[in-house]
Order: sequence, then C-alpha cells, then structure tokens
Amino acid sequence: MSAEAAGSGAVAPEAQTLRERLGAALGGGWIVILLIALVAVFATLRPAQFGSAYNLSQLAINAAILLVLSIGQTFVIIAAGIDLSVGAVLVFCSVASAQTMLKLTGAAGTTFGTTDAGWGVIALGTLVAIGCGAAWGALNGLLIARARIPALIVTLGTFGMALGFAQILTGGVDVRALPERLVDTIGSGTLFGVPSLVVIAVAATVVASLALHGTRFGLHVFAVGSNAEAARRSGIDVPRRLTTIYMLSGALAGLAAVMSNARFSTTTIGGHAMDNLSTISAVVLGGTSLFGGLGSVVGTVVGVFIPIVLLNGFVILGIPPFWQTVAMGAVLILAVWIDQLKRKAREQR
Amino acid sequence: MTAPLLEARGITRRFGHVQALDGVDFAVHPNEICALIGDNGAGKSTLVKILSGADKPTSGTLRVGGVPIALGSPAEAQGHGIATVYQDLALAPELPPAENLFLGRELMRPGLLGRLGFIDRPAMRRRAAEQFARLGVRLRSARVPISSLSGGQRQSVAIARAALWADKVIFMDEPTAALGVVQTARVLELVRQVRDAGISVVLISHNIPQVLEVADRIVVLRLGRNVAELRPADTSVDGLVAAMTSGTRKEAA
Repeated sequence: MSAEAAGSGAVAPEAQTLRERLGAALGGGWIVILLIALVAVFATLRPAQFGSAYNLSQLAINAAILLVLSIGQTFVIIAAGIDLSVGAVLVFCSVASAQTMLKLTGAAGTTFGTTDAGWGVIALGTLVAIGCGAAWGALNGLLIARARIPALIVTLGTFGMALGFAQILTGGVDVRALPERLVDTIGSGTLFGVPSLVVIAVAATVVASLALHGTRFGLHVFAVGSNAEAARRSGIDVPRRLTTIYMLSGALAGLAAVMSNARFSTTTIGGHAMDNLSTISAVVLGGTSLFGGLGSVVGTVVGVFIPIVLLNGFVILGIPPFWQTVAMGAVLILAVWIDQLKRKAREQR
Repeated sequence: MTAPLLEARGITRRFGHVQALDGVDFAVHPNEICALIGDNGAGKSTLVKILSGADKPTSGTLRVGGVPIALGSPAEAQGHGIATVYQDLALAPELPPAENLFLGRELMRPGLLGRLGFIDRPAMRRRAAEQFARLGVRLRSARVPISSLSGGQRQSVAIARAALWADKVIFMDEPTAALGVVQTARVLELVRQVRDAGISVVLISHNIPQVLEVADRIVVLRLGRNVAELRPADTSVDGLVAAMTSGTRKEAA
C-alpha cells in the first residue's frame, strides 16, 4: 500500500499506460480467450475427434468463405456502415461466373457434372465474379455516399435485387456444371498440405490486415467511421472513400463466390440468405464497433471461428446442433453489450 | 508597425434582407493574440467564416501579406497559412493524437512502400511529439484514442493540429467554452505558446475577463460594424461590455 503510494507520483504515467494496455488487451481480447476456452473444452472432452487433423482442416475450410466475406464487412463496419447485401452479391457473382464459364466452354446444355474448362476460362470466370461484386459494391457506395440513403436500406435493397437477378438469370435452378479443374484444385485441392481455400482466405486476411492497419486508405476508413465531418474538414474525400469501401466488400463477395463454386461444385442460390447476419456477428464478436472507428481484421478472424467451433463441438459432443444458434445469439448480444460498456468507460474518463 | 498578416477591408455580407456584416475592417498583425468580441448576432462568426475561407463576402477585399486574394475554401485558406479550430472539435475520437494531427496529410513511408500507400506511423508519432513539446502540450499518453483524453487535452490537440498546418493565423472559436477552470488556464497558456511560436491567434470569445487576460488587442463588433479597437491595458470589463452593447461605429485606438 505504502510502496504503491510512494511510487505513484513518479511512475504514474507509465503505470497508467500499462493499465490501459491490459485493459485494451482484455477488452478487445476476451473473445480470443473465449475461443481458446471453447477449443480447450472440446479438445479435452473429445481429443480424438475434435483434435484430429481432418477435423481441424474441416473447421478451417468451413471458415474460409465466411472469413473472406467478413473481411469486407469489417471495413464497412469500421467506416460506420453496414452491408446486408454480401450473401446475395455472392450468389449473383457465383451465378454470373458459373454461367460465363459454361458458355465459354461451349457446354451450354449441361446442367450437372463438371466441364473441362481450362485455366484461361476459369481466370475469366473469376474476374467476372470479382467484377460483378465490385459493381454491386459501387452501386451500394454511390447510393449511400452520394445519394445519402441510409446504408441499412440501400444494402437491404441491393440484397433483394442481387438475389432476384440471380434467380432471373438461372430461372431459380442452380448451375451445377463447373470446371473440374476449379473444383479439384481450388475446391478440394491443397497447397503444401494446406487446403487451397484456406490459403486464399489467409492471403486475403494478410493483405486486408496490412491495408487496414498500415496504409493511408486504412487510416481513412477509421477516420470516416470515427468522425466523418472531421475527415471531410481534413480534406478527405469521404464519398469517394465510402464508395471504395463498399466496392471492396462487393469484390470480396465475388472472391467468396468463386471459392463457394469451387467448394460445392454448384452455385448455391438458396444457401446465403443468412450470410449478412453471420458476417456482421463475426465482425462484432471480433471487437469491431458497430458505431464505427474501431476494429481489426484479426479480431474478425476470431469472430468467424467462434460459431464454427461451437457448431463443430456441439455435433461431436452429441448436443443437438440447434443449440449453436441459441448460443451464438447470446454471445452476440453479450459482445455488443461489452462494446458499449467499454465505450462508456472510456468517455467517462 | 509591420504590415498585417491578414487584412480585411470593408467586408459586407448580406443573407437576403439580413445585413450580417456592414463594412467591417479587420487586421491580424504578426505575433499577436487578437480577441474578436461582440454580442450574439454581432457578426463574429460570419467574419471568421469569411476570413477562414468557409464563406464569401458580398463585398470587400482580403489581403494576405499585402497581396489581394480570394479564399474559395478552408483548404485554400490553409494554403495561405490560415487555419481554424472549430468549436465542435474536428477530431476523430477513436484515433490517437498523432494520427489526428496528420489526418488528411499523412506522412508516407519512403520508397516503394510509400507509393503503395503505406503510412510512416513512427515518423508521425515523432513529429507529433515534437509539435506537442514545442507548444508545451502534455498528454497523458500519445497512443490512446482522443476520446479518452480530457476536454482540455482534446482542445490542445486540435490547436496543435491547426498550428502544425498554419504558419500565419489560427482562428479559435470559443476554445474554452466547455472547459473547467484548470483546463481553461492550460488552453490559454497554449494560446500564448502558439503566439510565441510565431503564429498569430484570433480568439473569438464571450468571456470578457479571459479576453482581458490573454489578448494583446481587442476588436469589438456590434450589429455587423466595428465599434471599438482597444488594448487590454486601456479598458476594463465594464468598458468592453459598454462597447458590445451600446457602441456606435467608430475607431477607438
């Protein structure tokens, strides 16, 4: 007690910094601890099944596509926006990409099986997917930043439009004929023993993390989300930045579309209605604030794994998997509550 | 006396039928704190907006260092070495002080990384620390977000930011309006430091004792006109209040 009092005069600033660091680490890091705890519990209860190399690589593959989508959502939410259209844009891109590759292969009548399209066609299909995603993102961005319509409404609208167009393009029937090379190499292939899908997701994560935390663009994402007016007065072209951010989210949905096509060897028109909520909850779980200005890509990685590990663990333990949805809902509410408490604590000082 | 850094002559501004400014003359001299006071509706804010490029006069001329100019935007004013510290702080609360100081003018990494858009955070932190040291601003920590700093420290960061990008004149609109006694004293000390660093300050304030304490020269506006220009030593709270509330157009010096 007395030593503390004696030391506080001279070392006060440093001690406070240390406490701040601890606070920041625990404040932003409790979700990491939750993930480690979940893994530890499941690995202890069922080491053979949960800890097997096969199960772990399945976990990573399950996370890969959602992670790529969630990275885009991270940028959008840090900029104080929201993108509800990601899942529908993914579906539209996967359909556009699959149909393009099918046409180019000249096997227009095929409705199932695989095609023998070469890498050139696959590359073109990938470009189509990413391009379509970026275009939907540009539409989102322009309506939000220039027409000043709330992001919630714009992306809810484009969610419906992208899904609708995908159904119009296909008549509601999934495109099942995809290039065999794409499915074999990307969908179920490995690179140095690591599943290709995971390699792509890791690469996207690294690039996005460097861009968000190291570049001027990334700093402006934070600034726009933190105080758009201050950003504007500092000479930042806020509408342009916002449009780029939504385009990035769309383009990543396009990349995720290619990954989804490769993995399932079919488009999945009915399978992405909940992606927007999954990505938002992953981003928020990862410590990114729904109010903007705060967040990280690494946090989102953790946030993506929580529901996937929960589901996997419940299945292995024989708990009805429906409990995962219940647990996730509770964890999400808890995460936002903690975010609010953190904010209040900071602003009261 | 040396030539004014910034000089406005015969500034008029009309909003429809409202005559906000009616032939106001105003000058900022080197190395001074010039207080601009007046009752609500006297035209202080309008004048400052015009002088900082946020608004255009209906008529009148602006000169910087004796050269006639037109200010189209705050960015143009900044190009002439004139910046404004806004009353509602124009800082990003989630970003640390260094990032806020350089927001919009980030220091880039040298070479290829810089061309790829990578910012030089260590250099920004270093330059920010130098700037804070130069102005005698002491922050609890240079790495925490602005929102965790006290109101006075936030205001200090905002002023340090303006002083980093303006080398002639900084306008401050009620910089101590929301602050307590101790923090107000610190911010006023910073205002003096800015002047001593060679940047003139135009202080807009309602707080007359404070103006008398810190200003080198006091300009009083009333109903869009100059009614008095005084030295603090030559006047008092009562004298200034009288000028603000019932002064007529004149040049008292």
